[in-house]
Amino acid sequence: MKILVPVKRVIDYNVKPRVKADGTGVDLANVKMSMNPFDEIAVEEAIRLKEKGAATEIVAVSIGPAKAQETLRTALAMGADRAILVETDEEVEPLAVAKILKAIADEEQPGLVILGKQSISDDSNQTGQMLAALMGRPQGTFANTVEVDGDSVVVKREVDGGLQTVKLALPAIITTDLRLNEPRYASLPNIMKAKQKPLSVKTPGDYGVDIAPRLKTLKVAEPPVRQAGEKVADVAALVEKVKALGLA
Amino acid sequence: MKTLVLVEHDNTKLNDATLPVVTAASKLGEVHLLVAGHNCGSVAEAAAKIAGVAKVHVADDPAYAHGLAENVAPLAAGLMADHDAFLAPATTSGKNIAPRVAAHLDVMQVSEILSVEGPKTFTRPIYAGNAIATVESTDAKLVITVRGTAFEKAASEGGSAAIEAVSGPGDAGISSFVGAEIAKSERPELTSAKVIVSGGRALKDAETFEAVITPLADKLGAAIGASRAAVDAGYVPNDYQVGQTGKIVAPEVYFAIGISGAIQHLAGMKDSKVIIAINKDEDAPIFQVADIGLVADLFTAVPELTAAL
Ligand SMILES: Cc1cc2nc3c(=O)[nH]c(=O)nc-3n(C[C@H](O)[C@H](O)[C@H](O)COP(=O)(O)OP(=O)(O)OC[C@H]3O[C@@H](n4cnc5c(N)ncnc54)[C@H](O)[C@@H]3O)c2cc1C
Repeated sequence: MKILVPVKRVIDYNVKPRVKADGTGVDLANVKMSMNPFDEIAVEEAIRLKEKGAATEIVAVSIGPAKAQETLRTALAMGADRAILVETDEEVEPLAVAKILKAIADEEQPGLVILGKQSISDDSNQTGQMLAALMGRPQGTFANTVEVDGDSVVVKREVDGGLQTVKLALPAIITTDLRLNEPRYASLPNIMKAKQKPLSVKTPGDYGVDIAPRLKTLKVAEPPVRQAGEKVADVAALVEKVKALGLA
Repeated sequence: MKTLVLVEHDNTKLNDATLPVVTAASKLGEVHLLVAGHNCGSVAEAAAKIAGVAKVHVADDPAYAHGLAENVAPLAAGLMADHDAFLAPATTSGKNIAPRVAAHLDVMQVSEILSVEGPKTFTRPIYAGNAIATVESTDAKLVITVRGTAFEKAASEGGSAAIEAVSGPGDAGISSFVGAEIAKSERPELTSAKVIVSGGRALKDAETFEAVITPLADKLGAAIGASRAAVDAGYVPNDYQVGQTGKIVAPEVYFAIGISGAIQHLAGMKDSKVIIAINKDEDAPIFQVADIGLVADLFTAVPELTAAL
């Protein structure tokens, strides 16, 4: 079984995003960029499934600028076998990303597609679900545990009240949650080896997908800023404050 | 405009998460609800009583019993032939289903809206709420998830909507429900609680978390929350996580105890009315958003506070 793992290049999670002064977006110039953390979890899960013998090949895909090659090399260094970059400098919305991934899945015929549940940039949380709908296949979103079992996969999902377990017929789409695994770091030898692994470059046009945005961004603004309040001297003072709030 | 709101429920009770979505939908046009479930008549009745609702569509079928997206999304997409906007709460079940509906309709979803600015214009948080985007949809239909804390709850009484049975394609036959581990608790639910006491990595382990945080929460009748670090370390269950990638809360009072205040955590709680932080590091970023801060060792300060209340 082949596993397809889409990965996105995003602002590093340790960086505090700043809104551009002209209100057109978030300033990404000279900002550290990394693989979306949920996608690292997706790559890790694919590798573990391969190590367990449940998968034979891992194909990493990224849709984005030329620099997303770095993100794909990271996936290859972690253990993906080959990579596809669908290169574009445009911002591609989740729906268009899902359409491109659908076209790639038609070619590659993966048994599983494992994606992050959301990117920490756009916070949309929709690409995996959209891909599943376009492919007409089941989805195990917010995965906490994944177990391939013959021609199906059992996914334990992180849901609002706790955990839910579903059984999905393969091929299936999985989106990762934080507790699924702890991604490995690529070792130096593996980073070197990753440079030799195949990486093909395509364009959205190669897949016949129109990436024109459906949502027009009119403005991007700072959220209301919260002012720091006061520090109290001791517990007794805190008790007074808490009582004043009517809490006790 | 006619809207269709996905009702969140467990087949017996309507979940309050539905109510702010009704408010958001009413800003767009006529509000219809979709109750997809099995033996869910009591939910449909409760839904019909929500103020401002014109019609309740009920699809009662074993295929919809567990809200499987593979089965519910085609049903909702079918009903969208007669509606202009589909709205769901930005809960785990809304987030699971809505994008699938959007893809069926070839619509780009607007995720987790904070406000309705016009018939097709909304604000939504991006980058962990460090930026707020105003977006306008150019699609013929709308698919939207709604952040519950951003809209008032519609009144759960006062309406008398017509209830109409509908049916959809039923079981897509590609997924099945195996089981659920849903913790039952006497405590208020995190996203609707007036007071929340949250603990972080500093709480050491599950026993210590329980010993320090629970008595304070009990005293205050509060819900319990946590940082990702506390959840990852197994102090508390996953669904206690507050933050960018967990639950979004906005209680009257939020206690952050032994939580540093990473942007991912702040994203989930900075709309709380009053934030109280207890941290031994006076430079912890949590103090930049806290209304009341106490620099102290939580292991002495929290028990003292609990005892004094
Ligand atoms: C993709 C991604 C998504 C994430 N999503 C979320 C999310 O949704 N929610 C979330 O919370 N985090 C999230 N995080 C994690 C986030 O970046 C932080 O790592 C996390 O919030 C830290 O948790 P913490 O504050 O409990 O721990 P720490 O940052 O370790 O802080 C512990 C604090 O406790 C204080 N302390 C220690 N001992 C004591 C004591 N005895 N008395 C008083 N104070 C003490 C310390 O001074 C420190 O400030 C996410 C991260 C990533 C990469």
